Amino acid sequence: MIPVECYFVLSALLFFIGVFGFVTRRNLIAMLISVELILNAVDINFAAINRLLYPHGMEGMFMTLFVIGVAAAESAVAIAIIINVYRHFKSDTVESITNLKG
Amino acid sequence: MGNTIMFIIFAIVIVGSALLCVTTSRIMRAATFLLFVLFGVAGIYFLLDYTFLGAAQIAIYAGGVTMIYVFAIQLVSKRSLQGLVEHVKGSRLMAGGLAALAGLVVVSLILLKTGFFMNESVADVEVPMDKIGEALVGSGKYQYVLPFEFISLFLLACIIGGLVVARKEEKDV
Repeated sequence: MIPVECYFVLSALLFFIGVFGFVTRRNLIAMLISVELILNAVDINFAAINRLLYPHGMEGMFMTLFVIGVAAAESAVAIAIIINVYRHFKSDTVESITNLKG
Repeated sequence: MGNTIMFIIFAIVIVGSALLCVTTSRIMRAATFLLFVLFGVAGIYFLLDYTFLGAAQIAIYAGGVTMIYVFAIQLVSKRSLQGLVEHVKGSRLMAGGLAALAGLVVVSLILLKTGFFMNESVADVEVPMDKIGEALVGSGKYQYVLPFEFISLFLLACIIGGLVVARKEEKDV
């Protein structure tokens, strides 16, 4: 049986790879992909804790299920916003959006 | 033993694809590597005997979300993205790498130093589907009809919101 720490280390690696991508990439779609990596890392943690530490409950599993649903909705709305930003600014990097800059 | 080998394979696929995903400069390749990461995570769910969760992951993430990304890349990037080589500043690369590494070390140390008591009595069978179904739409204790309904409304609101945001505005006369 795989110890639960292995899952934790795997999800921590995935999480911080996502953080690295979010900080370094300047393209809106690439940043969104990094956010998906982070969400998946969290999902692995929920599922592993639920299954290996508290196998009689189902809280972590349903949390993961709802996170998957919310992530799908979130990426759909974000893609809509990105397409709109692209129409307005003819560019899809974050540097081009300076309307709210003080 | 078989579980360990499968876990190692999935871990290598996930971490390798994630690294390639954030370091490649072509956006289309990043989306493809994201697909591999999602399949690896689905494999992890199957390994944990959450077959329903793995199926949902493949259906929603790998089937839906990745398609949205590919669609958006093709739509947005006719001029700007296809074959784009993104220039990342060295200083930002350095700062991001350092921050991620520091966070990784701290989180890993905390997780490894904390003693977790494994429940050794986990049967090596999948969670039965009728149990999941009852818990998902039941309204009793430890049952989840309220978040289920909330998700339905939330998805509807997101569909309408996405349509409103993305539609073409009519030109004023």
